[in-house]
Amino acid sequence: MNIVACVKQTPDSAAKLQVENNHVSWGDSPLIVNPWDEYAVEESLLLREKFGGKSVAISMGPESAMEALKTCLAVGCDETYLISDPVLKGSDVSSTAYTLAKAIGKIGDVDLALFGRQAIDGDTGLTSSQVARYLGWTLLTYVIKIVEIDPVAKTIKVERMMEEGRQVCTAKLPAVVSVVKGINEPRYPSFMGIRKAAKATIPVWKAADLGLEPSKVGAAGAAVTWMDIYPLPVKETKVEIIQGSSPEEIAAKLADKIMAEKVI
Amino acid sequence: MTNKVWVYIDQFKGAPNPASWEALGLAKTIAAPMNSGVTAVVLGSGMDAVVQKAFANGADSVMVCDDATLTDYRVEPYAAVFTKMVSEGKPEIVFGATSTRGRDIFSASAADLNTGVIVDATEVVSQDGALVATRPVYAGKLLSKVVCKERRPQMILLRPRAFPAPVETVGKSGEVIKVAAVLDENSIVTKVAEYIVEEGQVSVDSAAVIVSGGRGVNGPEGFEPISKLAAVLGGAVGASRAAVDAGWIPYVHQVGQTGKVVSPDLYIAVGISGAVQHQAGMRTAKVIVAINKDAEAPIFNLAKYGVVGDLFQIVPALTEEFKKRLGK
Repeated sequence: MNIVACVKQTPDSAAKLQVENNHVSWGDSPLIVNPWDEYAVEESLLLREKFGGKSVAISMGPESAMEALKTCLAVGCDETYLISDPVLKGSDVSSTAYTLAKAIGKIGDVDLALFGRQAIDGDTGLTSSQVARYLGWTLLTYVIKIVEIDPVAKTIKVERMMEEGRQVCTAKLPAVVSVVKGINEPRYPSFMGIRKAAKATIPVWKAADLGLEPSKVGAAGAAVTWMDIYPLPVKETKVEIIQGSSPEEIAAKLADKIMAEKVI
Repeated sequence: MTNKVWVYIDQFKGAPNPASWEALGLAKTIAAPMNSGVTAVVLGSGMDAVVQKAFANGADSVMVCDDATLTDYRVEPYAAVFTKMVSEGKPEIVFGATSTRGRDIFSASAADLNTGVIVDATEVVSQDGALVATRPVYAGKLLSKVVCKERRPQMILLRPRAFPAPVETVGKSGEVIKVAAVLDENSIVTKVAEYIVEEGQVSVDSAAVIVSGGRGVNGPEGFEPISKLAAVLGGAVGASRAAVDAGWIPYVHQVGQTGKVVSPDLYIAVGISGAVQHQAGMRTAKVIVAINKDAEAPIFNLAKYGVVGDLFQIVPALTEEFKKRLGK
């Protein structure tokens, strides 16, 4: 069974962000594999260990995203490919999904494409569904458990996490699956893995290698454009500490305050 | 007659997602200067009550596909009929509520229709013939203004509780347009086997009140006083990542960057230090109350009211106090 994990390189979740002329920077903070995508990578490794085949990680981004793919190699992915080309700059969800769908098609013979539920920078959570649509594959989002896969019958059973609870469903492969935290515990890279990754040369695919139509990629292919980005206005809140001689007194005073806010 | 502005009504087993009515409210204000009414789109089975509710919340017409294949939510049949409706009805704007289903259907149909989707909008204004939406990015540390300038329709999902809900007018009605399903059961590959639902729990996604526990609750039994307070307030139980990772409470309760993003009227953080990743999930709550024994905890920088003390004394006392006041 061949599995592709799609990963994005993002700034660390604890990074202090700065914005200048609509450009976001994060100082010395490291770039990481998007935390949600770590679950996708781990699931690809678990499935490969169970069913054989290969685990392939791909990423679309600048040259620096090579580092994210090296992390994937270090934890055990068999192959990685970087999709990087200046013409891809300015991509939105739809042009990214189009590009990733083409890349998955190029890998060939893929049964499952795994995504994290969203990236912690753009926070859209829309890419996986559009990739499924472009590929014409089954789409299963917010998966918290892959219950079973039958690689011969090409079927999959999953538990999806919806607002109201879990939906258990069966479907056919090939499928695009987005995963949430709780599906597994991502492993740490091994020493051998890190050494192997350090020496590896990661192939880079350009737009031409994927046969991308120029009008559909990058800024040209983007439906949604960012006009402006700015820090969250600072909310001036000064906490009012409620004190009292007993828990009951504190509770009564706090209840007064909460009732006065008319939020109950 | 179909209108230029549509709203997709998200529902689960016949229970509408209240954020859909918030979308309907915004749709009315956006449609008025365009001299358009608002069409609500309802997909499901046994949808009569939902259709009535849509009229009561301001829909001028309702387009409905009421079909057995839509009994369980599955993206294939839902997106198939949604794509068909939109491509034939050609609305300028389609609003919806950001939810797991909203994201699925809008992104799938947007790919079919070659247009864009904006998700998690917290503000929407009309500007030069297009809608400019404000949405949080980078876990809410930054805000972005985005626009779908040329392609149509503009498909915008609103963050729940970011827009006011309209006042219901019971007994209103209007034109109902019935649309047939696109896929038959044999051509749908996804089959729903069952649901696993925690009974009697309020979900944090649309809760007006959330009481959350963190590392300070010290174990699974520490969530008992928290659940009791949440129950008295009619609210949901939330949790920080630390409490979820320790296995004290299931992941569905997690609020924060790798959990749910919530925006309740009242958020009571109990034994939660308030790391930036947790703040990402709850900083837009209207009133934040922090109960923590550490006076230096960062959560106090965000809270309006704070109690520095032992949660195991304060929370039960607060529960008793609200029982008295709310007559429970």
